[in-house]
Amino acid sequence: MSAFHKTPVLTGAPFHYCPGCTHGIIHRLIAEAIEELGIWERTIGIGPVGCACYCYDYFNLDMYIAAHGRAPAVATGAKRADPEKIVFTYQGDGDLAAIGAGEINHAAIRGEKITTFFVNNAIFGMTGGQMAPTTLIGQKATTAPYGRDSETMGWPVRVCEMLATHEGSYYLERVALDTTAHIRGAKKAVVKALRYQMEGKGFSMVEVLSTCPTNWGKSPGEAMEWLQNEMIPYYPLGVYKDKGATENV
Amino acid sequence: MGKKILMKGSEAMAEAAIQAGCRLYFGYPITPQSELPEYMAARLPGVGGTFLQAESELAAINMVYGAAGTAHRVMTSSSSPGVSLMQEGISYAAAAELPLVVINVMRAGPGLGTIVPSQTDYFQATRGGGNGGYRTLILSPASVQEACDLVALAFELAERYRQPVLLLGDAMMAQMMEPVEIKEAPPKPYDIAWAARGWKPDCGRARAVINPRSKPGLEARLQEKYRRMAKEEVRVEEVDTEDAEYVIAAYGTVARIAKNAIKTLRGMGVRVGLIRPITLYPFPYEAFSRAAARETLRSFVDFEISEGQMVEDVRLGVGGQKPVAFHGWYDLELPTPQQMVDFILALRQKEGGERQ
Repeated sequence: MSAFHKTPVLTGAPFHYCPGCTHGIIHRLIAEAIEELGIWERTIGIGPVGCACYCYDYFNLDMYIAAHGRAPAVATGAKRADPEKIVFTYQGDGDLAAIGAGEINHAAIRGEKITTFFVNNAIFGMTGGQMAPTTLIGQKATTAPYGRDSETMGWPVRVCEMLATHEGSYYLERVALDTTAHIRGAKKAVVKALRYQMEGKGFSMVEVLSTCPTNWGKSPGEAMEWLQNEMIPYYPLGVYKDKGATENV
Repeated sequence: MGKKILMKGSEAMAEAAIQAGCRLYFGYPITPQSELPEYMAARLPGVGGTFLQAESELAAINMVYGAAGTAHRVMTSSSSPGVSLMQEGISYAAAAELPLVVINVMRAGPGLGTIVPSQTDYFQATRGGGNGGYRTLILSPASVQEACDLVALAFELAERYRQPVLLLGDAMMAQMMEPVEIKEAPPKPYDIAWAARGWKPDCGRARAVINPRSKPGLEARLQEKYRRMAKEEVRVEEVDTEDAEYVIAAYGTVARIAKNAIKTLRGMGVRVGLIRPITLYPFPYEAFSRAAARETLRSFVDFEISEGQMVEDVRLGVGGQKPVAFHGWYDLELPTPQQMVDFILALRQKEGGERQ
């Protein structure tokens, strides 16, 4: 066991994320996984539009910024052009589950050999706290000031469950970062998703339940409790698809 | 290939792309150009390429964006409503300075329109189409052979300027069969240090970020590039303009029909010429201002299969020196040479008939 070191797959630039936001942890888990898997020089990241649209400042990789929601299509183009590369998308819930719902579904339907890291914090972050497709019933947002009402705004979408219906999905897992144990589990999921891509398997995605204290109007501590008490019951953690499970035991 | 073969326009353009080293095609079916993706689907696997039918034009152009970022030659094709959906990706590619080729086989009219040959996307193509005041190079062929040659040129220009290049054709050209010779035009090596191909410290270049975001210096660089394109890439065909009383302005299929009208009119002793823009952007303004300055020239006549779009650029070029008349076909009909002849004869009559 080597002593802890800061992964060089992150540039070291200070994150612009708000206090209590979990983007920073997710960035680090992905960067560490890339380093440990020995795929640094062949990994390409596709950033979203949203809070993580500056992620190219942090990931020490060749990076793209995609149009809002289109990261899976951009990743498809990059991967098909250079199939030996490891290509991942990094997307929030506004980007992936709203405007990009078509692209993510069809990437999974095609079994596109890419990996998606999906950060679900049940709200639009960068634009200032508007309702997302993942916003919970009753949750307030700037475009749902009286709380989300299913009568007019529908119900929150469960992305892992939805993508699991597609034959082309190879590995789908939902994780959270609320405890040390969960963070360790998330790291394993990130590694597994990338490893499946290295093995040339189908579409893999890790959904990370994340906090947004700023737009939720909570302190970092309260936000983490809200994630545990409200989000996890609606978005249960676990593996929703693992076609390689039997080989990997 | 090196010898003449009989091919349909859309298939010939696809083969020309393959001969230009394009091995990646992303697209979505739409009439009147579906033969192009169909040809690619059949042909690309055999040459180690990838054909992918996307779920939408929106996805297709973003796949093209992704592939273009790796510096591989890549293209898509569509028709008007599909190209509208692609405007997001084209604008992003212009901002991120990605080399890619888009073929628009235009159909007629706004909305769903209809599939007859048309030139109603001139505004969309030349005025940006998407947000943000960018430019695309636009090539407009008038025959299947020229379409093939311009496909090869499109890839070359896309790389020279790191820039989306649009080929604007119509259903006549895409559906018509003509004998063509498709030449090999493999990519020439060029500096691809900007491309995303995987990075590690000490790999000999800076980290690549394919970035459509506005940043200090980008706008100035884009404008400098557009000025360079405007200076160096104007392409135009001039026919019999030296002694002409009337000069027809027309592009694409319409210009080809106009050539027949010119023959008839010259046979009748009416001296008519043609200025045919091959690049719609940059537009050959100078050819028009030069022709306008000639003593012999009475007026210009702009013919289009639209309600009058290119005519605005013609007027800019002419700069008020001479009158510019316009006739458009936009009610699902196509021009005939005789209609052009009649229009010019009537105009001449109105302007006082024969002149020495």
